[in-house]
Amino acid sequence: MASGLINPNPIIYKKKDRRPRTLSSDENDVEPIDLQEIFDILFSNSIDPEHPKSLEELGVVTEEGIEVDDQKSYVRVTFKPTMEHCSMATLIGLCIRVKLMRSLPSRYKVDIRVAPGSHATEAAVNKQLNDKERVSVVLENPTLVDIIDECLTPSYD
Amino acid sequence: MAKPTELTRHIESYVNSSATPTDQATSLDAIGFLVKTDALTIESLVKELEMYLTTTDDVVRARGILLLSEVLTLIESKPLSSATIHSLVGFFKDRLADWKALRGSLVGCLALIRRKGAVGAVTGSDAKSIAQSFLEYLQVQSLGQYDRKGEHLIYGICEAIDAEKDPDCLMLAFHIVESLGQLNPDPSGLLASFAKDLFDILEAYFPIHFTHPTGGDTPVQIHDLSRALMSAFSAIPLFEPFVIPLLLEKLSSSLPSAQIESLRYLRSCSSKYGAEKIGKYARTIWSSLKNIISAYLGEPDFSFTGAPVYGIGFPENEFVVEALSLLQLLIVQNSSLLVSLIVDDEDFNIIFNIVAPCEKYDSIPVHEKKKLRVVGRILYVTAKTSISSCNAVFQSIFSRIMDNLGFSVSNIDSSANGDIFPTQRVKFGFLYLCIELLAGCMELTAVSKKPALQYVLEHEKCCTILHNFSTPLFNAFGSVLAVSSDVCSHDPDIYIGVKGLQILAMFCLDGFPISISMFTNILRKFMSIIMEDFNKTILWEAALKALFHIGSSVHKFHESEKATSYSSLVVEKIVELLSLDDISLPFTLKLEALSVIGMTGTKNMLIVLQGLAGAVFGNLSEVHRNLKSLETAVQLLQCYSCKLLPWIHENGGSEDFVVQFAVDIWSQAGNCMDFSTPFEGKDLLDAMMKVMKLSVASCSVESQNTITQKANSVLSSNSNFQLNELDRLPLTPGKYDIPLRDEWILSLFASVIIAVSPKTCIPNIRVLLHLFMKTLLKGVVPVAQALGSMINKLLSNSNDAEISSDLTLEEALDFIFNTKIWFSSTDLLQRCNGTSNGKEMVLTDLCLGISNDRSLQINALCGLSWIGKGLLLRGHEKIKDISMIFMECLISGLKSALPLVQDSLESIEEQNLDPLVMKSAADAFHILMSDSEVCLNKKFHAIVRPLYKQRFFSSMMPIFLQLITKSLSPSSRSFLYRAFAHIVSDTPLIVIQSEAKKLIPILLDCLSMLTEDIQDGDILYGLLLVLSGILTNKNGWEAVTENAHVIINCLIKLMDYPHKMLVRETAIQCLVAMSQLPHVRIYPLRTQVLGAISMALDDKKRAVRHEAVRCRQAWLGVICIKESSFLKLTNHFPCSWKPS
Repeated sequence: MASGLINPNPIIYKKKDRRPRTLSSDENDVEPIDLQEIFDILFSNSIDPEHPKSLEELGVVTEEGIEVDDQKSYVRVTFKPTMEHCSMATLIGLCIRVKLMRSLPSRYKVDIRVAPGSHATEAAVNKQLNDKERVSVVLENPTLVDIIDECLTPSYD
Repeated sequence: MAKPTELTRHIESYVNSSATPTDQATSLDAIGFLVKTDALTIESLVKELEMYLTTTDDVVRARGILLLSEVLTLIESKPLSSATIHSLVGFFKDRLADWKALRGSLVGCLALIRRKGAVGAVTGSDAKSIAQSFLEYLQVQSLGQYDRKGEHLIYGICEAIDAEKDPDCLMLAFHIVESLGQLNPDPSGLLASFAKDLFDILEAYFPIHFTHPTGGDTPVQIHDLSRALMSAFSAIPLFEPFVIPLLLEKLSSSLPSAQIESLRYLRSCSSKYGAEKIGKYARTIWSSLKNIISAYLGEPDFSFTGAPVYGIGFPENEFVVEALSLLQLLIVQNSSLLVSLIVDDEDFNIIFNIVAPCEKYDSIPVHEKKKLRVVGRILYVTAKTSISSCNAVFQSIFSRIMDNLGFSVSNIDSSANGDIFPTQRVKFGFLYLCIELLAGCMELTAVSKKPALQYVLEHEKCCTILHNFSTPLFNAFGSVLAVSSDVCSHDPDIYIGVKGLQILAMFCLDGFPISISMFTNILRKFMSIIMEDFNKTILWEAALKALFHIGSSVHKFHESEKATSYSSLVVEKIVELLSLDDISLPFTLKLEALSVIGMTGTKNMLIVLQGLAGAVFGNLSEVHRNLKSLETAVQLLQCYSCKLLPWIHENGGSEDFVVQFAVDIWSQAGNCMDFSTPFEGKDLLDAMMKVMKLSVASCSVESQNTITQKANSVLSSNSNFQLNELDRLPLTPGKYDIPLRDEWILSLFASVIIAVSPKTCIPNIRVLLHLFMKTLLKGVVPVAQALGSMINKLLSNSNDAEISSDLTLEEALDFIFNTKIWFSSTDLLQRCNGTSNGKEMVLTDLCLGISNDRSLQINALCGLSWIGKGLLLRGHEKIKDISMIFMECLISGLKSALPLVQDSLESIEEQNLDPLVMKSAADAFHILMSDSEVCLNKKFHAIVRPLYKQRFFSSMMPIFLQLITKSLSPSSRSFLYRAFAHIVSDTPLIVIQSEAKKLIPILLDCLSMLTEDIQDGDILYGLLLVLSGILTNKNGWEAVTENAHVIINCLIKLMDYPHKMLVRETAIQCLVAMSQLPHVRIYPLRTQVLGAISMALDDKKRAVRHEAVRCRQAWLGVICIKESSFLKLTNHFPCSWKPS
């Protein structure tokens, strides 16, 4: 890993303190999927293939970049690669997508985007990430799935 | 003289290498004892040992020498003649050459060297010769390289240590260096020329890096090594020119462990080398310390949760703690130098000029906040270290802060204006530093409690300065509080204001430097917050906490004047609040304040308790007229039982009050229980019962007797029970009505019986037994519990001890189970006829439903289960019969299975058992097995035999397993499962795990049966936890693997159990555990599991979804890994091996 890092020294952002949840004791209360839950799904382990830090610490995904609507079963994640020419942008996006696909109910539509102006080939990356067929092609490629799985190896607790 | 045979036996046992270590140790002790008691001289021991010491068998020789030296170690303090010592030295010295028996010789040398002069020590020349031979023989590896070795002891030691890596040897080596330092204190002596060389060798070990696994075979830990090296470093002041620069260098290392070690070593060295030697490094050390503290100290978090009583420090990490204690040591050693360094520090000036003038904490940038805290901490340490440093820092910095805050000296306390503060901003940073200084000064005065010292203190500069500025300070803290917003829990304004006032009030000298009038002003200020600012939660709580700390410190330091004003201004005011209805402070807050203030000390507690008692009885007399009084009384009683009683129990002192209060409740009991409906006063009854139980349980036996007698007299005077003639009448439950008032008085009485200790004498016990039996059948549950407690604590005939009560366990049991209960038939027709168609039967018959009266049967079952619990806890045989009765109630038409109760069943015809009866019989097992909070526990002095649950489980399981295989009616089966579930979920897991194989099938049946009723959610959850306990344990692995398919089916079903989130969550966790099973077993189930989990991903509860993600990952993951590893495997095969 030491040789050939594309961005060897990224800026590290401070992890944001989260408010603790208040647990509802009523069995019938519905707890909708909210922004914080999406956040927890994404940051329970590091995804960035280059840097073993969580995406939050790298500033790739921030709370502001997540949009979620449980009623409409919709989530959109806008992420910002660490560099404008980061060749890993597609992989990061793919990892985010796979992670969410595996963690959210099947009714959800997942939309992954690169933040406007943060990447050189923004449009291409976006297209790739949200093209159903391309994604499923990627997921049928065992080598790529291996790489993604490696990025997604859970580090719970 | 001891018999030689015995001695020989001991010696042989020790020398024999096949003897066990314990035997060897005993033999050694025995020999040591003989020598110590002069039964055996050391010379004769040597003679006795001669053969072993000189034999050519290496092993035996080694053991022999070791024995001699171990004995010497044992008798270190026994005087020996110098000739003996000399010859022993000679022996061991020579034996050092014998490398096969080296350990014994070394131990022997050490034992000899350790001897103190008075009991005969090793002479200098002997010591030298030991050392010489030590060097000569031990340096086997490098022998011959150094010819000068014989001459230079120290050089040899260097040689011995150099590059040594074994931790045990290093420990020894470090000790040698340490003793070397102690033996050669002369700075120009022998050691001087070798200090550098010696240090060069030692230097390499610092900081100790030791990665051996902890535990295991290596007894030496990194901690021990580090300590030993530290002692070695600090023992030789000659090291100073080398050690200190090294440590200073390591202090700025990037390795945290090196930094912390350096701090510790520096402290140790500083205290050993002395002020003079360290003085010249003071400047450098100071700047390093400043850096360390700055690096590791975070910004203050102004939360009251972790705040200490004294001072305003926040939790610190060990670096800061070490650094500050080193700083404290330096200040003690070189007070004036350090103080001048601190006071004139350039960084401090920057803080003073830039940060401190900020008016709002939030306007200070983050890293400046840290600096502010660093300065604060350092000032605090400086102030608390010594009077002189405190004076110096007050004269320079405190005065400067006061100037900056714009305060002028005022000697008039009265100008302090109790309540009104200008709502103006005060320079926050300065006030912050000021509090640190005050806190330091306060701690300094708190430790010097002697009157003489107090006198000195009163004339010290710091105190006079503080005295002069106390009024403006008070005003400043007050103003800070006035502008505080109370929006978040980390409000710095509230923290500073409250802490500041609290510290001022806690200066422990009565009246100086803080005058009594100032003290009372502070108390008034806090009290006004308590009474008015209850909407500002954080401020309110902080003020209460401050009052608590002030009260505790006043109480602790016996400050009479302050105690008087605290008592009148705070304690009595708070008590008064209870009866004042016109102030708007909510009652719950009043109670909180009351309990917190009471806990400041036993005297205050007594005032609080008396106030509380007054309020309780005042309200109790009103309960029938005024609903609010009822509520208030309940709250007061709850406060008493939940907060005050535990405190009293822990801190002691007020037992008289507790007894009196309980007795008074009994006096009032008759008057306040006239409720027309059971709902009205139920809370009151519960609260009173809880108070009664806890009061009785916490008292001595004597006091318990007092309360019991009072309770008994109240009960007897209650004519409805006819206590006087009760035991002569036949046992008749009569009709089902018992006046509510009587029932409640009885329940209150039952709570006394529940809580008494076995030694307490229960008056009228036979009559009570009658009464309890009678009322138990009417369904008064506390009575059943009391009966169970009584049975649990009664003395048995078989006990030889004197029997204090007039009733034994056997008599009581005989009464309970054999007395015929007489009752008229409930058949209306018969009753109208006036014929006495009464029936007589014993309790067990009632339980079996022979009376044909369902509610009577259920009451009897409930009563029997509490009696059974009492017996089960004490491990009585009778519990078997009782559980058989419960079983019999569960099963209809299966008489032959239980021969025990066969006879009694013959009398009744085949009948379908009532489901309610069956349910209470099944739930009886819950009563038996679960730990009860209300009775029959350790708190209430129950007799609990160890492992009673395990025993009961193993005696019941065969019966259950046998019954379940029989063909049963569906309802019987379901209630049998229910009973089984109760037993299993309360049995210690370890027993269950060993029985996993047998239990799993039944467990699964139980689980699916219990999903049918919403109300069974808790039982279901309990049982599921048992299953998960089996799944996560290696013992059950095999059984689980066998049943994998059924278990997974069951878990999948539980995953959408709608009534309890915990059930779904645990079921998914169990599935995660299942994914670890052998691949062959679980692979076929994969699709099914994944399908079910994808539903759980959409669960309405977050926790369930979270577990579902984890579970999905686990089930996906296992397969992925298996497949990919299989792929990789095939890739690695040579071509010809690939399946074609």
